[in-house]
Amino acid sequence: MTGQGKSGPGVGPSLIDATPRQQRNTLALWLSRLEGPQTMGRGRGFWSVLALAVLAAAIYPMFVDGWTVGNTAYFLVWTFMAMGLGVIWGYAGSLSFGQTAFFGLAGYGYGVLTLNFGAAYGFTLVALLLAVGLAVLLAVVLGYFMFYGRVQGVFIGIVTLSVTLVFQAFMAQTAGPEWAIGAARLNGFNGMSGMPPLTIPWPGGDVLLYADIALYYVLLGLMLVVYLGLRMLLNAPFGNVLVAIRENPERAEMLGYDVRRYQLLGFVLGGALAGLSGVLYTAWGQYITPSSMGITAAALPVIWVAFGGRKDVTATLIGTLAMIFLYQWLTIYGSQYAIVAMGVILVLTVLFAPEGIVLSLMRWLSARLTPAGGRP
Amino acid sequence: MLPTLFSFLYQFGDAFAFLVIASMGLAIIFGMMGVINLAHGEFIMCGAYTTVSLAQLGLPLPLAIAGGALAAGLIGMLIEVTVIRHLYNRPLDSIVATWGLSMIATQGVLIVLGSTMQGVGTPLGSFTVGGFSYSTYRLVLMGIAVLLLAGLYLLFYHTRAGVIARATIQLPRMARAMGVDTGRVYTLTFGLGAALAGLAGGLYAPTMTLVPTMGATFMVESFVTVVIGGGDIFLGAAPAAAILAVIRSGMTAWQGQLFGQIGLLITVIIVIRVLPGGLSGWILGGRK
Repeated sequence: MTGQGKSGPGVGPSLIDATPRQQRNTLALWLSRLEGPQTMGRGRGFWSVLALAVLAAAIYPMFVDGWTVGNTAYFLVWTFMAMGLGVIWGYAGSLSFGQTAFFGLAGYGYGVLTLNFGAAYGFTLVALLLAVGLAVLLAVVLGYFMFYGRVQGVFIGIVTLSVTLVFQAFMAQTAGPEWAIGAARLNGFNGMSGMPPLTIPWPGGDVLLYADIALYYVLLGLMLVVYLGLRMLLNAPFGNVLVAIRENPERAEMLGYDVRRYQLLGFVLGGALAGLSGVLYTAWGQYITPSSMGITAAALPVIWVAFGGRKDVTATLIGTLAMIFLYQWLTIYGSQYAIVAMGVILVLTVLFAPEGIVLSLMRWLSARLTPAGGRP
Repeated sequence: MLPTLFSFLYQFGDAFAFLVIASMGLAIIFGMMGVINLAHGEFIMCGAYTTVSLAQLGLPLPLAIAGGALAAGLIGMLIEVTVIRHLYNRPLDSIVATWGLSMIATQGVLIVLGSTMQGVGTPLGSFTVGGFSYSTYRLVLMGIAVLLLAGLYLLFYHTRAGVIARATIQLPRMARAMGVDTGRVYTLTFGLGAALAGLAGGLYAPTMTLVPTMGATFMVESFVTVVIGGGDIFLGAAPAAAILAVIRSGMTAWQGQLFGQIGLLITVIIVIRVLPGGLSGWILGGRK
């Protein structure tokens, strides 16, 4: 495909988009960006493995019951937030601790909208878009103040964390009957429930996406679309500039890029994806509580992304699914133990595999599989 | 008129004392080492739990509080040696690591000691001004906040240890060339920050319920103070605490405690847009 970028994945920024633009139409250009310097995995081998993985995921519901499939769909719900954090932290180099603020805002937004306007005529899909729009709005406002104030990396984490903690404190005290938006009671610490699941209007009866096989397929498809879309975007000039800013903001600025604007755009993209996760979570279980914005909830995405490897979207995705699976499995023994294990994994990852465990394994593997002198 | 004025001053003093005491440990570790310690709240929790345990064993409260600070300080030094030391050139990673430590501490305490712990009552009783009753202990806390600032100033600017610490922070290589064991300075500084957090926990332990997640109640306030203050403790965190105390006590009196917190958050978001270096950056920049 492209094969002309000078730098390997993560080695350095490639500011020059080497694809000869005039020779291809737009679609072919974007498809060519499925592979590139900012994402690992290229060539027939990688895509065959990916196709096999998707095939396995597609036939998986045939072997287990609907309840288990619904629980597996729950894993997929979180991947969007994780991939968004990967963009902000790994690619743009500014660590946000408060992705759960967007998650919670969009989740509550979906609840309020659907409880007021119902699910008829495909309104749940409109509510999904509006709720993600709310998250985008928050990300724009917050990002404007931070990036245009030229706040340093450490402070971005603290401000976003403070925002999510204050959101949680605010929602937790809305128990009284005076806290209602239209027909939707906010219900304080117990959270909102009873909103309709996502509903697809269909001739001859709407399809209600309860936590079951249909929702699983929708989420799987959505995850695939977002994953491939991010691959294309990150290998496009936009992604290259983000990486250039991460590697050296001054140099990127000297080359004429408005660092603040790119950082803001990356932040908004991550916020939108976190909001998407929030809506899907709320629609999946038909409830949302303030603790989804609390300190533990805020830490989990950071752990998934750190474990997977923030600088590559594939590693982020694999690491996230692995960590959520592990967390769910440990929760059987008590959520305290699961959280302690998550904390231990985070500390060990940071100390011994700062690039992320999955990413380090992928690099090692691709170095093994590629003949000497070849590129991964 | 006078009782109203006293009431406002009391509210302000209470908020100021809380912000100073809660944020000093965080501010020292950040100002001297550039590390934001997300386990700050857990050092506070450690100080509070130790204090209450010692007090229940029959130790007088001041000694128990000192014991809480000491315990937090020792754990802090241990953590510096085992974890933080390896991450000095990666500030973002050091925050993430302290977050992991914070989760381990909170949930570990929950597993070992259960969800609540019997507290000790607020000592020293109360007094009345103009028909309203005020806690004497909180007045003492205000005094302690001022003494703490003065003590830290003396420590960093008028003792040999303070000079060595500041030299290490400014030019680590030069300090090493002059024979300073910079590794030990970092360990002690981190220990001091942790001990101050433990002290905060001990001082506030008699006024609140003890739960493993109590550290989180200090987080927003102390972060906001440090972010607005910037790198310097005396030119940054102290005036920031004073300004924020006005906002917090005003908003709290008007709409309740949560709105005090929201007011702080909005202030910090606006301040970082206007003064990216924090108050101390602005004051020091204005001097040049």
